[in-house]
Amino acid sequence: MHLHDLWFVLIAVLWIGYFFLEGFDFGIGVLTRLLARDTAERRVLINTIGPVWDGNEVWLLTAGGATFAAFPDWYATLFSGFFIPLLLILVCLIVRGVSFEYRHQRSGERWQRNWELAIFWTSLLPAFLWGVAFANIVHGVDIDADKNYVGTLWDLLNPYALLGGLTTLVLFTFHGAVFASLKTSGGIRIRARAQATALGLATAVLALVFLVWTQAHSGNGWSLAALVVAVLALLGALGANRLAREGWAFALSGLTVVAAVGMLFLSLFPDVMPSTLNPDWSLTVTNASSSPYTLKVMTVVALVFTPLVLLYQGWTYWVFRRRIGVQHIPAAHH
Amino acid sequence: MDLAVAHETISRWQFGITTVYHFLFVPLTISLASIVAGLQTAWVRTGREKYFHATKFWGRLFLINIAMGVVTGIVQEFQFGMNWSDYSRFVGDVFGAPLAMEALIAFFFESTFIGLWIFGWDRLPKKIHLACIWLVAIGTALSAYFILAANSWMQHPVGYKVDPATGKAQLTDIVRVLTQNTTVVQVFHTLTAAFLTGAAFVVGIASYHLWRAKRGKQTDGRKTAAMRTSLRVGLAIAVVAGLGTAISGDTLGKVMFEQQPMKMAAAEALWDTQAPAPFSVFAVGDVSKGHNSVELEIPGILSFLAHNDFSSSVPGINDTAAAEAAEYGGQPDDYIPNIFVTYWGFRLMIGFGMTSFAAALIGLWTTRRRFWLAPEHRTAEDEPPKLMLTRNREMNVFFTRWSWRIGILTMGFPLLANSFGWIFTEMGRQPWVVFGLMRTRDAVSPNVTVGTQAVGLTTLTVLYAVLAVIEVRLLAKYAAAGPDTEEKPPAKDPTLRGPSDDEDADQPLAFAY
Repeated sequence: MHLHDLWFVLIAVLWIGYFFLEGFDFGIGVLTRLLARDTAERRVLINTIGPVWDGNEVWLLTAGGATFAAFPDWYATLFSGFFIPLLLILVCLIVRGVSFEYRHQRSGERWQRNWELAIFWTSLLPAFLWGVAFANIVHGVDIDADKNYVGTLWDLLNPYALLGGLTTLVLFTFHGAVFASLKTSGGIRIRARAQATALGLATAVLALVFLVWTQAHSGNGWSLAALVVAVLALLGALGANRLAREGWAFALSGLTVVAAVGMLFLSLFPDVMPSTLNPDWSLTVTNASSSPYTLKVMTVVALVFTPLVLLYQGWTYWVFRRRIGVQHIPAAHH
Repeated sequence: MDLAVAHETISRWQFGITTVYHFLFVPLTISLASIVAGLQTAWVRTGREKYFHATKFWGRLFLINIAMGVVTGIVQEFQFGMNWSDYSRFVGDVFGAPLAMEALIAFFFESTFIGLWIFGWDRLPKKIHLACIWLVAIGTALSAYFILAANSWMQHPVGYKVDPATGKAQLTDIVRVLTQNTTVVQVFHTLTAAFLTGAAFVVGIASYHLWRAKRGKQTDGRKTAAMRTSLRVGLAIAVVAGLGTAISGDTLGKVMFEQQPMKMAAAEALWDTQAPAPFSVFAVGDVSKGHNSVELEIPGILSFLAHNDFSSSVPGINDTAAAEAAEYGGQPDDYIPNIFVTYWGFRLMIGFGMTSFAAALIGLWTTRRRFWLAPEHRTAEDEPPKLMLTRNREMNVFFTRWSWRIGILTMGFPLLANSFGWIFTEMGRQPWVVFGLMRTRDAVSPNVTVGTQAVGLTTLTVLYAVLAVIEVRLLAKYAAAGPDTEEKPPAKDPTLRGPSDDEDADQPLAFAY
C-alpha cells in the first residue's frame, strides 16, 4: 500500500468521524425545533451535546488540515471551487458555536429565542450543504487542466447533489433523534424514539435512492458492499429503536453514517475529485498528493496522536454519560 | 479599479481583517487560560474563597472570549484553500504539515478539555478538574507554536526544496521547520506578548473594581479581595511578560535584519544605508516618498538593534530594493513594501506594548502590601490598596485618580500592539507571500471571481462586526458585575464514579447551557 493510499483512507476516516460525531450534533440542533416542546426541553437537548460539540467539530478542522498537508491540490481545488457553499458553512459554524456559548449568558427572552433559532438554522444548513458538497465531489465537477474548478455555483446545485444534501440532513437528524433518546430521560426520551422511527423511515427512502444512484454512476464492488452495510445498519437501527434498545439503535445509526460516508469515499477512490470535462484532468491520490517525505512525517504524527485523541474524547463521553431530563436543568440565572 | 489588482486586493483585505480579528481573541485565550488555571490551583491548594471567586470570574470572561477565538479560527483553516488556492498548491507539502499537526495535537486537546472544564465542576474530582484547565492552557500554547512555525516558514523558508518537475515547494526537513530560529524567537515573542495582553486585561478590570471600592461605590469586601489578588497577579505577569516581550522583540528584530533587511529598513523608513544608523522616533512629511522632511532620531540605536553595536552599517531601503531586483528580476520599486504602514505599525506596536509594561511596573510598586511600607499604610486584604510612592508617602488625590484610570485604559493597549505588530510583519514582507519564493499576487485563487471574493469579504466583515458588538457588550456586562460572591464552591469533592444514591440523581447540573 502506498502512503498516498493510506492517507486517502485516513482522510476518509477523519470525515467519517466528523459526520458520525457532528452528525448527531447537527441532528440535535434541528430537533430543538422538531422535538422540544418548550425552553426547558430545548435546553435538555442542547446540554446533551454541551460538553462535546466543540471537540466533535475539531474533526472537521483536522480533516481540512490533513487534506491540506496530504493532498494540497485536493484542498485547493475543493475549497476554491466550492467557495460560496463553504462560506455559508463557515458562517453557520461560526454563528452556531457562538450560539451555544452565548445563549445562556443573558436571561432576556428575545435574546434566548434568537440564539435558539440560530442553533436550529446553523445546524440544518451545514447538515444539508455537506451532503451537497460530497455528492458533487463523488459525481465529479468541471475541473480544467490546471486543476481549477471552472463551473458555476448553479452547477453545484444539480438534482443529484440536492438529493445528497437532503439525505445527509435527514440521516443526521435521525442519528440525532436516536442520540437524544439515548441521552435524555422523561417524556422527551419517549418522543425522541417516536420521531426517530419517522425520521428513520424517511432516511431509508432517501438514502436508498441516493446511494443506489451513486452506485450506478460511480460505484464498484467495494462501494456496493458498503451500500449493503448501510442499508442493513439503518434497518437494524430502526428495529432496535422500535424495541427501545437505545444503545444498539445509536451504534447502528452511527454505523449507517459510517457505511454511507464510507461508500462515498469507496466510489471515489482512486480519484479524489473527478473531472467531468476530461478524465485525464481528474485529481487522483497520485497527482494531488504531497511528497512521500511529508506523508511519512504526517503518518507518524497521525499514528501517535489519533489513538490518544480517541482515548480522551471517549473518556469525555464516559464522564458525561448520565441522561439529562428537565429536572436537571438549573433555573436561568442573571 | 483594475480587476487584476482588485483580485489580489480583496483577498488580502479579507485575510487581513479575519486574521487581525482572530488575533484579538488568541492572545487573551492563551494567557487567560493560564491565569485561570493558576488561580484555580491556588483555590485547590488553599481552599480560600477569594481564589474560587476569582477563578469563576475570570473563567467566565475567558469562556466568552474563547468562543470567539474558536469560531474565527475555523475560517483561518479554510480560507487558504478558498482565496489562496495557488498558494495552497505551491506550499501545501510544507505548510500543511504544521497546520494539520496543530489540529491533531493541539486543537483536539484544548477543545475536548475545555468542554470537560466547563461542565465538569460537579462531575470531576477537584484535582482532575484542575488538570483539565491546565491541559487547555497547554493546548492553546501548542496551537500557537504550530501556527507560528507555519508563519515563520513564510517569513524565512527552510527545510524544503523546489521540485523541478512540478515547480512546487517540497518538505525535506520537518525538524528544521519546527525549530528554526525564526520560529523559536517568534513563538517566544508572541507568547510573552500574549501574557502581557491577558495581564493587562486582568489589571484593567481589577482596577475598575478597586477604584470603585476606593470611592465607596462598591462595599463587598469579598469582591475587593478577589479583585485585589487579581490585580497583583496581573501586574506581576505584565511586568515579567513585558520584559520578555522586549527581549524577544529585540532578538526577533536582529533575526529580521538578517533575514528580511527590507522589512527592518521599512520599519525605520531608512532610505539610505547608514553607518552608524539612528533610530527614528518619529518622522513627519512623506515617509513613502524616498526622504523624510522632519525627523527625530536617536543616533546609533538602529545599529545596536541590528547588530548589538553602535556603529555598524544598516542597509537602507534603496540599496536593499536594488539588491532584491538584481536577485529576483524586475524594478527596485517592486520590492518596496508600504512604508507608511510598516513605519507606523512598528512604532505603534512598540509604543503600546511598552506603555502597558511601564504602567504595570509602576503599579506593581505602588500597590505593594507590605514591602517597604509603614505599618499605618498597610491595608487589609479586602480593602483596595493605597498607592504608595515611598515608605510613608501616598500619591496625591490627582495622581491616584489618574493612576487608576490609566490602569483601566491600558487594558486595550497590548491588543492594539498585537494588531500593529502583525500588520507590520505581514505588510513588511510584501510583495512576498513566501519570502523569496512566491509573490502574493501569484498566490490568489485564479478561478474565484472578483464578485465571489467580494461576497466573501463583505459577509465575513459584517458578521465579525456584529459579533464584535455582541461580544464586547457581554464582556462589559460581566466584567462590570464583578465576581459573584454568593456562589459557593462545590460542597463535596465529586468522584469519577458519579453519584450513587437517588437523592443526587435528580440534582440540577452545576452548569448548563
